[in-house]
Amino acid sequence: MLEIKGLKVKLEEEDKQILKGVDLTVEAGKVHAIMGPNGSGKSTLSYVLSGRDGYEVTGGSATLLGDDLLDMETEERAAAGLFLAFQYPVEIPGVGNMTFLRTAVNAQRKARGEEEMSAAEFLKVVRAKAKTLKIDADMLKRPVNVGFSGGEKKRNEILQMAMLEPKMCILDETDSGLDVDAMKLVSEGVNALRDEGRGFLVITHYQRLLDHIKPDVVHIMADGRIVKSGGPELALEVENNGYADILAETA
Amino acid sequence: MALDDLKTSATEGRLSSMTLPDVGCTAEARQDALARVRAMGLPQRRDEYWKWTRPDTFVQTEAPRASLFHMDETPLFDAVDRLKIVFVDGVYSAERSDDLSLEGVQIDRLEDICCTDEHWAEDLYGTLEAAGQVPVERPLAALNTAFAGDGVAIRVTGKVSKPISLMYTHESEVSDVFLHHIIRVETGAELTILENGPAAARFNKCMEIDIADGGTLHHVRAQGRDHERRAVTHMFARLGEESVFKSFTLTANGVLTRNEAVVELTGDNAVVHIAGACVGDGDFHHDDTVFITHKGVNCESRQVFKKVLCNGATGVFQGKILVKQSAQKTDGYQISQSLLLDEDSQFYAKPELEIYADDVACSHGSTSGAIDEDALFYLRARGVPHDMATDLLTLAFLAEALDEIEDEALAADLYTRLEGWLVRRRHG
Repeated sequence: MLEIKGLKVKLEEEDKQILKGVDLTVEAGKVHAIMGPNGSGKSTLSYVLSGRDGYEVTGGSATLLGDDLLDMETEERAAAGLFLAFQYPVEIPGVGNMTFLRTAVNAQRKARGEEEMSAAEFLKVVRAKAKTLKIDADMLKRPVNVGFSGGEKKRNEILQMAMLEPKMCILDETDSGLDVDAMKLVSEGVNALRDEGRGFLVITHYQRLLDHIKPDVVHIMADGRIVKSGGPELALEVENNGYADILAETA
Repeated sequence: MALDDLKTSATEGRLSSMTLPDVGCTAEARQDALARVRAMGLPQRRDEYWKWTRPDTFVQTEAPRASLFHMDETPLFDAVDRLKIVFVDGVYSAERSDDLSLEGVQIDRLEDICCTDEHWAEDLYGTLEAAGQVPVERPLAALNTAFAGDGVAIRVTGKVSKPISLMYTHESEVSDVFLHHIIRVETGAELTILENGPAAARFNKCMEIDIADGGTLHHVRAQGRDHERRAVTHMFARLGEESVFKSFTLTANGVLTRNEAVVELTGDNAVVHIAGACVGDGDFHHDDTVFITHKGVNCESRQVFKKVLCNGATGVFQGKILVKQSAQKTDGYQISQSLLLDEDSQFYAKPELEIYADDVACSHGSTSGAIDEDALFYLRARGVPHDMATDLLTLAFLAEALDEIEDEALAADLYTRLEGWLVRRRHG
């Protein structure tokens, strides 16, 4: 599904190498988690994969189903099936949530040469999906993320994911700013989307999210590299002992 | 204060080529207005109030030529059930206009107001304009009062069932037009006025609006997409107790536009909203100049102006809220913002508050900025292509001004037209 080989990335504006050769393969149907201390490059990886400005790829490759992601515009990556659930979802005053969702769904469909969704059909689907995420009609009507609580913003991200039905989902610290109940709700939303044909990359600081979204593989990232990979037990080890032991043994 | 020679000679130069029209019973008001013009002198670039907008082409004797524009979309307000009053290059066209009878409202051409013994009209013509010359002079409005060739007098006595639509068309490349309308909304009466079209190569329009206690006037205006036209417009409004005046203006294109609104809230609990959205690409200069005076207690005023500018277009906002000592509990709000789509465009803003009452809430803000890169990335990350995302954010920026339009269908129509303008801008 997602194949990253030797990915090296520096900041565009300063001479600072953030990713120093990341190798990672996420297979369809699998959930991979990336953990790591602050500043290890986890969020940068998600931004580079989705095409955010400000980063310069200095080496390596990243492909989605064999297509070169790094060669595509951000919107093309989305249409190809890549989805990034933002750590800090952006507020967009003046754009209704519903308009935003429908514009996105139809833009992707159009880019893939598929038929656009009619207003009626869209409304039906969005209402059903919103309901399972406890997103009410008011939240759908309001401007995108404006005045949403932290939990509402993250649920809104998952709603977008559910509507766009991406092939590869990257969740960037989706647990940040969530209370226990909201985390459960968001995780249920994610789990409902787990599917044979879909890959997940879950970036998190904490084990607790992985109690809800059970990963197949856990990677530890430090100083711009994946330094250790293993099963779910690796996350528990981090939770109990911190990163120090792992970093010491890989140094 | 004596005017300097330069100003006097420019003013007299212009006046020498003009003759006062003999229209209705306005002769005395016109003489007075002419005296005001002479005393003030026509605006010059050095005048503080014209610091960012060059008045030269409004003052010079000949109107600059403006090529005609061919509309490629359904005329605005076509879908609205309304009473049409059409002016072709500033001259009323009975042929194209609807019958002027409508329940709850008396409509007359200016030239007919004596015949119908309309004393209210004689009393109003030039009165609000004259009052609006203090503390800031607006000589082009006085020039209009003196020389307006045509216009309508509208007296609203009831709740009028459909809007009155003033439609201006521009069919001569050299038309030079002065139009002057007067509107009196009687106690408890209610009307919506629509205005659209460019009117002339050079257009000077003045509207005096007198709203009695409990009266309501809604005003939605679109200034026509003719690229080369020049327009200076003035709205002078006086609001009685518990009256409401809401005005919205859409401006797309036009090489030069200056819209002035001068509002006086005389009665208590009156409400005025003046809003505008403009989009300009290239040779475009748009100026909104607003002066709101609070005299009554517990009145509300809102100014909401949004400008989208690109390719060297210029936007100007001069907005003032003056709160007199008597105007306790005033609620004043003013926001002027520009979205600059590139680095060549410019926005000048002068927000002013002058407050003499001690129990008021007044806020104002003015910003100028580019498209929000985070929002743009967010939209693109969801698959919305760059251009579409830019348009969506641009329209979202304008939305706060469009929200000021009470009629949702009209607001939706204007929104669609702005969307069309953005798309054409890219592909045209």
